[in-house]
Amino acid sequence: MTGASIGNIYKQTGIMNNYELMVIFTPVLSDDDYSTIQKKYTNFIKENGGTIESENPWGLKSLAYPIEKKTTALYWVMEYRAPSDLNEKLKIQFLRDDSVMRHMIVKLDKHAVEYTTRKRSGVKAKDTVNAEA
Amino acid sequence: MARQEIKYLTAHKAEKRAKKYCRFKKMGIRYVDYKDADFLKKFLNEQGKLLPRRITGNSLKFQRKVAEAIKRARQMALLPYVTDLMK
Repeated sequence: MTGASIGNIYKQTGIMNNYELMVIFTPVLSDDDYSTIQKKYTNFIKENGGTIESENPWGLKSLAYPIEKKTTALYWVMEYRAPSDLNEKLKIQFLRDDSVMRHMIVKLDKHAVEYTTRKRSGVKAKDTVNAEA
Repeated sequence: MARQEIKYLTAHKAEKRAKKYCRFKKMGIRYVDYKDADFLKKFLNEQGKLLPRRITGNSLKFQRKVAEAIKRARQMALLPYVTDLMK
């Protein structure tokens, strides 16, 4: 069975997982390039049977340690729902892309989904504030 | 009278240490976010190493989650692998 047909089965049966994606782009990108490349990957996810939950471009941020001799980079965080065969395809795209320095896909469990939806709806990082006290 | 003159060789510990607790259980936090680097820094020492449960008081369940989150944050260059004087 090929990957695509597995994806179709998931689409028919509706088995989708929540994922969170974080990509570090090289800081050489211009603002336009930065937005077009985001568009490219969101379109890729949509075309392959996923839906975008939220997008959060962090923009230029200094790195904790240099990567590829660069001290700053463009961060992009995104949540999406997708069938499980999408991530492998997405990974290949990232590895082929020169402007992607790092990427990470994390599967979100139910607590994580709860956390992210609450964070998005404005009760921002309530937990963290409490924990500091 | 003699009884009152008894002196202990080592001084009694006057104050009792507050019992450690797991802050995640107490605050009802169920998910440790790897993107929140400032929060994760509470569980690291000056060199950026993970603090043991002995010191933080985390329950095993959440110590594991914290460790996972910190390792993810390190991969994405949100936290350093090694450093000096982080705080």
